[in-house]
Amino acid sequence: MSEEHVDRSRRHFLLVATTVTGVAGAALTAVPFLASWKPSARAQALGAPVDADVSKLELGAIVKVNWRGQAIYIVRRTPEMLATLTTPAVLDVLRDPDSKESEQPEYAKNATRALKDEYLVLVGVCTHLGCAPLDRFQPQDAQLGATWPGGFYCPCHGSKFDLAGRVFKDVPAPTNLRIPPYRFVNEGVIQIGTDTEAA
Amino acid sequence: MSALPESKPTRLDALVSWIDARFPMTRFMKEHASEYYAPKNFNFWYYFGSLALVVLVLQIVTGIFLTMNYKPSAAEAFASVEYIMRDVEWGWLIRYLHSTGASAFFIVVYLHMFRGIMYGSHKNPRELVWIFGMLIYLCLMAEAFFGYLLPWGNMSYWGAQVIVSLFGAIPGIGESLVEWIRGDYYISDITLNRFFALHVVALPIALIFLVIAHIFALHEVGSNNPDGVEIKKVKGPDGHPVDGIPFHPYYTVKDLVGFIVFAALFSCVLFFAPEMGGYFLEHANFEPADALRTPEHIAPVWYFTPFYAILRAIPDKLIGVICMGLAVVAFFFLPWLDRSKVKSIRYRGWLYRGFLIAFAISFLALGYLGLQPATPEATNAARIFSVIYFAFFILMPWYTRADQTRPVPERVTYDAH
Repeated sequence: MSEEHVDRSRRHFLLVATTVTGVAGAALTAVPFLASWKPSARAQALGAPVDADVSKLELGAIVKVNWRGQAIYIVRRTPEMLATLTTPAVLDVLRDPDSKESEQPEYAKNATRALKDEYLVLVGVCTHLGCAPLDRFQPQDAQLGATWPGGFYCPCHGSKFDLAGRVFKDVPAPTNLRIPPYRFVNEGVIQIGTDTEAA
Repeated sequence: MSALPESKPTRLDALVSWIDARFPMTRFMKEHASEYYAPKNFNFWYYFGSLALVVLVLQIVTGIFLTMNYKPSAAEAFASVEYIMRDVEWGWLIRYLHSTGASAFFIVVYLHMFRGIMYGSHKNPRELVWIFGMLIYLCLMAEAFFGYLLPWGNMSYWGAQVIVSLFGAIPGIGESLVEWIRGDYYISDITLNRFFALHVVALPIALIFLVIAHIFALHEVGSNNPDGVEIKKVKGPDGHPVDGIPFHPYYTVKDLVGFIVFAALFSCVLFFAPEMGGYFLEHANFEPADALRTPEHIAPVWYFTPFYAILRAIPDKLIGVICMGLAVVAFFFLPWLDRSKVKSIRYRGWLYRGFLIAFAISFLALGYLGLQPATPEATNAARIFSVIYFAFFILMPWYTRADQTRPVPERVTYDAH
């Protein structure tokens, strides 16, 4: 074949058109494979709400329930514990005392971060890297120092939270502990995973 | 090439030429072994390349045998590892070979990388050798991370939880990205299953491909040496470098000695301390994964702790994650950050040597701190060492140029033994 009759612009067009079509096809083919990594229908179904019986929970005690594979901490706070939430010494060391940048349902965006002041319901997953914070409810804890007001301490990277799960300043966790959607089914049963409004 | 009188072709010779007419077997052997000329002045540090290859083969073979009894499901994984350890004949040996091999891999690779930096093996014309090597290192880190979830112990579980959560720091898409990686709302059976697929199929294939690319790139430009002299510049009448010797048999035999010493040390760990006091196999991993209870003290396996210490040292989540990533990625830029005229540390000045020593100390110190609980003193120390770590890279264009280098000889320095 002689080179004289070669239409270079047509060749170029065909090359570009074929490449573009091929790349687009490959990208579309990747979609099902990438999408297959999303939570499956079964995983979504298993994320249904759970009930927690708190009728026998003592004052100052914590109970942990499993919702979507995460620990949900339910603490029945004593009046002394609630009192620490509003002391200036505590508010001073908090990064987000009014929970403005934190994740919680509207009804828990208040001073105690709870539907009922007495019951704190938290996702027990550190907002830093997902460890489970430990309950260190005693003030002046030996490890955490004389100024410790009582709260949660993450053993992985040293993040600290108060008794409403609000994060301290100068720790790696960026926001307060998350509060899941929940509602009181009755006086003694909390349902986690459904909103009060939705009930 | 041989002066011996021609002998009658044997049936084996006939077979070889039959193959050579159809597949470049002899040519390949010559190019990469019997006529690959490597500098004659290789020292102790040059064992680690071939050792890395040996460990790769060990990991692949033991890995294949482990998959024959391992079950990648949340309900069965932990018990199947115990089953391998107790009930499968020699199962304990195969499993300990694999777990000890993982740590050995990183020891060998870290020494191999340090050798490269010491003798300037990353510099022109070996930039691609270095980049393929770094890609191997990244692959190896991913491989180790995915593999660590498989025993489904509590440390496996929470280690995976922490590392996967790192992606949550990316603004906007972070949370959905984390969910996509896990395939669930938490690290679950689904996550375990996909990590298994990546660990035993996807990454080993990538790793083998990259190792081939690494060796091909090396054999294209030729090996560096402790003097950082290009041996190809001085060639003999036969066209081969005068300071080069055929890789086979000279270095295959030398590496065999290295392998024997390595195998002896490896066996000591394998048979007498396979857990290495909790550093190779962490104690918290001897209890099954528990989604509701974090181990008291989470630390990754030792080979990740330098980067983990950097992450912990920074009080901001996103910046911490970025710095940790940069601590690894920085190595990729080494060939261009290093502006020195000479390659080897032998002819560099004390400025560069000082920085390299400070860097090596920081790397080890961060590795140690990453294993310790996050106390305020440890965090402060980690901050200081992180600054030194990054200063090594950031200031490199400046101090490598300002460094008082010494003249490099024309030929390699070598005393006959």
